[in-house]
Amino acid sequence: MLTDITIGQFFPGTSALHRMDPRAKLLLLLVLMAAIFVFDTPGGYAALTCLAIALAVSSGVPLSMYLRSLRPLWWILAFTFLIHLCATPGEVFFHIWIFDMTKEGLARGFFLCLRLALLIVFSSLLTFTTSPLSLTDGMERLLRPLKVVGVPAHELAMMMTIALRFVPTLIEETDTIMKAQQSRGADFSTGNALKRVRHLIPILVPLFISSFRRADELATAMEARCYRGGEGRTRMKELHVGGVDYAAAGATALLLAAMGAMKAAGV
Amino acid sequence: MAFIEIEDLCFAYPSERGERRMALDHVSLSVEEGEFVAVLGTNGSGKSTLAKHLNAILLPTSGVCRVAGMDTRDGAHLWDVRQTVGMVFQNPDNQIIAAIVEDDVAFGPENLGVPSDEIRRRVDDALAAVGMTAFHGFAPHLLSGGQKQRVAIAGTLAMQTKCLVLDEPTAMLDPVGRKEVLDTVRRLHRESGITVIYITHFMEEAAAAQRVVVMEDGKVVEDGSPKEIFSRVDAMRKRGLDVPLAAEIAWRLRKQGIRLPEDIVTDEELAVALCR
Repeated sequence: MLTDITIGQFFPGTSALHRMDPRAKLLLLLVLMAAIFVFDTPGGYAALTCLAIALAVSSGVPLSMYLRSLRPLWWILAFTFLIHLCATPGEVFFHIWIFDMTKEGLARGFFLCLRLALLIVFSSLLTFTTSPLSLTDGMERLLRPLKVVGVPAHELAMMMTIALRFVPTLIEETDTIMKAQQSRGADFSTGNALKRVRHLIPILVPLFISSFRRADELATAMEARCYRGGEGRTRMKELHVGGVDYAAAGATALLLAAMGAMKAAGV
Repeated sequence: MAFIEIEDLCFAYPSERGERRMALDHVSLSVEEGEFVAVLGTNGSGKSTLAKHLNAILLPTSGVCRVAGMDTRDGAHLWDVRQTVGMVFQNPDNQIIAAIVEDDVAFGPENLGVPSDEIRRRVDDALAAVGMTAFHGFAPHLLSGGQKQRVAIAGTLAMQTKCLVLDEPTAMLDPVGRKEVLDTVRRLHRESGITVIYITHFMEEAAAAQRVVVMEDGKVVEDGSPKEIFSRVDAMRKRGLDVPLAAEIAWRLRKQGIRLPEDIVTDEELAVALCR
C-alpha cells in the first residue's frame, strides 16, 4: 500500500517535457485542467485523452507509473461510475432489484471518470517530469507577485521542498514502525473500520515524535549551512523560458481554439 | 594566534527546574589551522555541545570561542563563522534538505548569495572531492548511509569551508560506510589541508587523527597524540572508554611480561613489533 504513493516521484530524463520551464508547465497544467471542465463534449474529451496519451508516451516515464498514480483513486472512480450509472434518469437498459441502469447514466459515469483520470494523469505528467526543487522554484516565482499582499512565497516553497524530500524517508519510517509493532503482535489488517483506525495510533505517535526530532535536527543543519530565509539567496539552476516553452504554449493555444470550434459545432 | 581558540568556555543548557547543569565546564582548547583533531568521550561528556559552539549554533554562557579571529558571539560575523566552519551531523537523513544530491550540495552557496555559474562550479568540485560525481542526480533516499554523509561533507565544501566539524558522522553507519567517510575525511585533510575536528565513539577512527582530545563531564581531561593517549589503557578504562584493539593487545602482552613498545596504536605497528 505504501509503495503506491507516487506523489513527488520524479523520473529524470531529457524529453521535451523535462526541458520545459516549471513555470510554463504549471501554468499550462492549470489551463488544461480548466479545459477539462470547459470542453465537456465527446470531441473535447477525445482530444484531451489523445493529448494525455501522447504526452505520457513522449515523457519517457514508464507508462505503468501513470496507471499506478490512478490506483489510489480506483474506488472513487468505481463509485462515481456506479452512482451515475444508476441515478441518472433516462432510457433503462438493465434492471436489477431497485436499480435502473440507464444509457445516459452509462455515458455520464464514463465521462466523469475520464475527467477525474485526466486530471490525475495531467498532474502526474507535471510531477513525473519536474524535479521537486524546480517545481517549488517555479511556484515560488509564480507566487512572488503576491508577496505584496502577504503571501510568504519563499517560505511556502521551502516547506514544499522539505515535505517532498521527506516523503520517502517518512514512508520508510512508517514501514519500519509497522513492522516493529507487528513483530510484537500488533494487528493492522482485521477488525472493523473503527478498530483499524484505532490501531493506527501506535504508528502515528512514534512517527510524530520522530518527525519533530527530525525537524529540529534539520533546522540546526540548515542554520549551520547559513540558511537565513529567502533574502539575498541565489539559485544554482536559474529558470529561463525557452523555445520549448513557447512551442508548448502555442500548441496548447491551438488545441484550445480547435476544441472551442468543436464545441461550437456541437461535436 | 590559533585558528580555533576556546578560552575558559562554560555552557549550561537552560533547564525547567532552575538548576543548571554545566554541559561545558571551563574548557580551554586551541586548534591550529590544518590540524586533524579527534574528540573522544562518553555520552553526555559535552562533545557535541563543544562542536555546536564552533559554528555559533550555541553561544558561550561565559568565556570566549574564537574562529579565525572572529568571536562567535559577534552577530556581525555570524555568517562568516558558519561559512568558515562546516558541520556534519550524526543522522545522515536529517541534514539533507533537497530531494536531489546536487541541489543539496548547492544549498549552502545559494544561501551565501553566490552567483549561479560559480555555484555550479563549486558543486561539481565538491562532489568530485568526495567521489560522488556519479550520483549527482540521485535522490538522497536511494543512497547508502556512507554516501549520504559524503554528500553532507560536499555540502560544506561547496561553502569553501576551512574547517570541517564532524559530530559522530559514523555512529549510524555500517563498517563499509564508516570506512568510506573516514577515508574521505583523511584524504581531504591530506590533499587540501582542511582543518578537521572529528568527534567519534570509535577508537580506530581516533587513532587516524594527529591529536586526540578526551572529554569527561564537560571538561577536557586529556589532550595529546593518539600514541600518548592510547598507551594509558588504565586511565581510558576508568573513563569508560576503550582503546584501539591493537593498543589493548599490546598492553595485555606487556602485562604478561612480553617486551613491546608503549606506543602501539595501529594493527600494522603491532604486527611489526611482534615480528621483531
